[in-house]
Amino acid sequence: MPAKIGDSLRRVEDVNLIRGEAIYAADVRVPGQLSAYIVRSPVPHGTIVDVDLEDARSMPGVVAAWRAADVIGDLGYMPIIQPRVSFEEAVVPYLQPVIAHDRVRYAGEPVALIVATDRYAAEDAGDAVFVDVDPLDAVISCAHAAEGDALFAEGNEITVLHAGFGPPVFDDAPIIIQTELSTTRHSGVPMETRGLVVEFDGATDSLVVHGSTKVPHSNRDQLAIHLGLSPARIRMKETAVGGGFGVRGEFYPEDFLIAWAALRLRQSVGWIEDRREHFLATNQSREQFHRAAIAGDEEGRILGLRSEFWADMGAYVRTHGIRVPDLTLSMLPGPYDIGAYEGIGHCVVTNKTPTATYRAPGRFESCFVRERLIDMYAARIGMDRFEVRRRNLIRPHQMPFTRELQSTGEPVVYNEGNYPKLLEDVVGRLGTQEVDRRRAAGERVGVGIAMFLEKSGLGPWESGAVTIAPQGSVIVRSGCSSVGQGLRTVLSQIAADVFDIELCDVRVEMLDTNYTTYGTGSYASRSTATAGSAVHMAAQEVLEQARNFAATELEVEPQDLVVRSGGLEVTGAPDLRLSFGEIATKLDPVTATKRGVLPGLRAEQFFHVKKLTYPYGCHAAVVRIDEETGEPRVERLILGYDVGRAINPMLVEGQLHGGALQGLGGALLERFVYDAEGNPLVTSFMDYLMPTCAEAPEMETVVTEDAPTTTNPLGVKGVGEGGLTGVAAAVASAIDHAIGAPGTVRSLPVDISLLAGASR
Amino acid sequence: MIPAPFDYEVAESAEHAVELLGQHDDAKLLAGGHSLLPLMKLRLASPSVLIDIGRVSDLSYVRDAGDRIAIGALTCYEDAHFDETLKSSCPIVAHAAGEVGDPQVRNRGTIGGSVAHGDPASDIPTIMLALNAEFVVRGPTGERTIAAADFFKGVFEVDLAPQEILTEMRVPKTSSGWSYLKFHHRAQDWATVGVAVVLGDGSNNASVALTSMGERPLRAQGVEEALAAGEDPASAARRAAEGTNPVSDPMGSSEYRRQIAPVLTRRALEEALSR
Repeated sequence: MPAKIGDSLRRVEDVNLIRGEAIYAADVRVPGQLSAYIVRSPVPHGTIVDVDLEDARSMPGVVAAWRAADVIGDLGYMPIIQPRVSFEEAVVPYLQPVIAHDRVRYAGEPVALIVATDRYAAEDAGDAVFVDVDPLDAVISCAHAAEGDALFAEGNEITVLHAGFGPPVFDDAPIIIQTELSTTRHSGVPMETRGLVVEFDGATDSLVVHGSTKVPHSNRDQLAIHLGLSPARIRMKETAVGGGFGVRGEFYPEDFLIAWAALRLRQSVGWIEDRREHFLATNQSREQFHRAAIAGDEEGRILGLRSEFWADMGAYVRTHGIRVPDLTLSMLPGPYDIGAYEGIGHCVVTNKTPTATYRAPGRFESCFVRERLIDMYAARIGMDRFEVRRRNLIRPHQMPFTRELQSTGEPVVYNEGNYPKLLEDVVGRLGTQEVDRRRAAGERVGVGIAMFLEKSGLGPWESGAVTIAPQGSVIVRSGCSSVGQGLRTVLSQIAADVFDIELCDVRVEMLDTNYTTYGTGSYASRSTATAGSAVHMAAQEVLEQARNFAATELEVEPQDLVVRSGGLEVTGAPDLRLSFGEIATKLDPVTATKRGVLPGLRAEQFFHVKKLTYPYGCHAAVVRIDEETGEPRVERLILGYDVGRAINPMLVEGQLHGGALQGLGGALLERFVYDAEGNPLVTSFMDYLMPTCAEAPEMETVVTEDAPTTTNPLGVKGVGEGGLTGVAAAVASAIDHAIGAPGTVRSLPVDISLLAGASR
Repeated sequence: MIPAPFDYEVAESAEHAVELLGQHDDAKLLAGGHSLLPLMKLRLASPSVLIDIGRVSDLSYVRDAGDRIAIGALTCYEDAHFDETLKSSCPIVAHAAGEVGDPQVRNRGTIGGSVAHGDPASDIPTIMLALNAEFVVRGPTGERTIAAADFFKGVFEVDLAPQEILTEMRVPKTSSGWSYLKFHHRAQDWATVGVAVVLGDGSNNASVALTSMGERPLRAQGVEEALAAGEDPASAARRAAEGTNPVSDPMGSSEYRRQIAPVLTRRALEEALSR
């Protein structure tokens, strides 16, 4: 059966993964490959007195042991990791060096690099490195970071972001509610930790980096700058990836250190992060403290929202700059028509692992804050929570709706959407009668709701290329990489739809920067919207090439040809046909030159993002509380989301389910805990509690296609993050409802001791 | 997360294990490895020698020994969970063994390993305490038996000399009600609080033991006394946290543990009485 856009087809990736044949970064072996180990700071804050490598260097199997002075000695400078997104000058002093030189600012910061014949030898040598640090007091609390000992000469507050619109309403509104709300530090924890193998190719004096993902082109360019090489001497190759979630694939200190070691030793070096390192070194996220307020009238009309918040950036600013607080600021008003908004975001450093984006960055946090405020407001005026939302949502006739805000440097315009309909769809699915009946019988069960906007299809552009090989296979490349989201299936489906062929007739190549000259990357729910659009455009161009050639061959007009079963045939005369493989074969260099076209069938296209799209969602939860222990049991999650157009509805549901479970983790379980001295207490899966299938509730999806976007040719809106965004807010709402005490849940993950013995 | 270098010896029998322990300083016995190996991978434990007793096949058994049931130290949780003798004559052990960790843990981890490790968050030590179990320990001079109440000393601290090995647990046959309830955040987590109840010949004669409420498994003496004095289970359970000083950790604060211990105790008593 030819694959069509809209079909729920099985993923083309899975057979390889299930058979165990997929090659991940840790599986890559190249001749002479050495193994690296990073020695990390054991303390959260201090002055480095000495990093003694003598003993380590004399251990068996050790090839090299280096510290910061060796990097500076070799290059003449200390590479500083640069943001890959637009950033303010204010962040420059806070950027992270690739290895700590005179000061350590978080437990886990690299202080030395060991290269040995194997990982065993490398770790034993790492254990023999003596790191002498004169400890300094650690700054832990983000709300009080500015008052703590300075991590940097410029102070602990990097910058303060401001946004807002509308008149002052917080002086004289009939109802004003102020509260403190916070989200705790947690993060994306992919099953596969970070890793890379840097192959040294002596023949071309170049490096091949295996295991790059998310943003290979950007990382190549950054690496080239730090090493003083031409980007042409660095080739980034994708491998299978066991999850990304925003944290994997950014440019980290190790992305420099391992490549530098390979270049310096003129020998290949591999490194795979272990789980403990992952919990210390990989980007964390979410830690924010909000002093927030909502203003409204007695009739359920929200007049204004306000939040002054503190975002914990951790010890350094990394590749995302201050994007998470920036997104928090711009996404806080959400899908509501609110007359006034004021947001103030303090970006502060603390002696904890640096933070950056994790699936639904800034949206998870701002949704929790906004939806909590709305629930408290509804309770205050005695109005149904659903009704308050109904009365304040932006209506379809107001589209396109312009906010007097900027986000990621762009104006905020909600292009299309029917928010009230999605709310009714989800409320209809939820059906509150059953819960009402149980509540009447004395059970502590409640329903909760949260509405939100997402963003998708971040620019500036993406590439997509389609080639039809002479034998007929369709080969697709794009600048986006697979991070487990099913991108190969989606791009295959988009191409197959154009050529009327089966999914297995399309091959999506692993990303390799030697073949894909330009690429932006896979993040921000952008791959289907941008790479999908580029591939669609390239496929259309190839189709036109084939059509023009076939029309000449078959002696008909191009418009008389229709696409059918992998070929073009003359309307009304199906025997007169040429398959795309035949056309590609005929278009050999001799024939093509005679016809004045290029040989073969191939095209590369770039989709330029003129406007972001804002998908919208509505999450609902049913939660039962054990009134004595406070234990919450999430019974149902309803995930409403408008995708514009679903390429593969099954994958859309999969994205929503996976995201929702991560949202549930953030709502109830996951958190990084530090002691009063700044030592990380959560460094293994014994203490980092991710939900498992045993904790997973019934999940129901309400996927709508009410508002296809006009911002791309497919009408699609990204679905990578929308399963997560509203889950914590909806669960919090349901918990409040269950215990009959609105406004109880004000921090995440929910502190169940507050619910134990709580009365309704 | 690779252990520091260590030597490895295979013990052929319990006697051989004792002999090997005598030959090495700083040696550790390796059974299922599910507690020891993670500590070694984090280099929180770096024994110079591991003595692998995992191949001592005659230490894995469940036997009817008259008024008691004898459980070999190397019996894994999964085998105990499905053992017919335990299910019919001491069901609380079979039940609790099925509540430990996940299937992988239950197929590797051993009952004796859990007892000898002495983790106050483990389920099996609490069960043993509630059952007034006896442990058989072999050392260079022969065997000795010790009561569970005397065995657990503190966090990871038990009454085992460096050359001794735990070989057997003896639990009584129980004919009346029992219960083991634990509160945990996720199905596979350690108990934030656990409560074991084993009823005697009447509801005023029960032994009650607690998991994660102190540095070792504890008897809830206040509850037992209240029941003996004729108080009903609901009011007796209120004394569950009496005299306890549990830790605060990421799983729960000390106060929270003290708050829910009486709740779980009441529920465990009610469940035991209903069985």
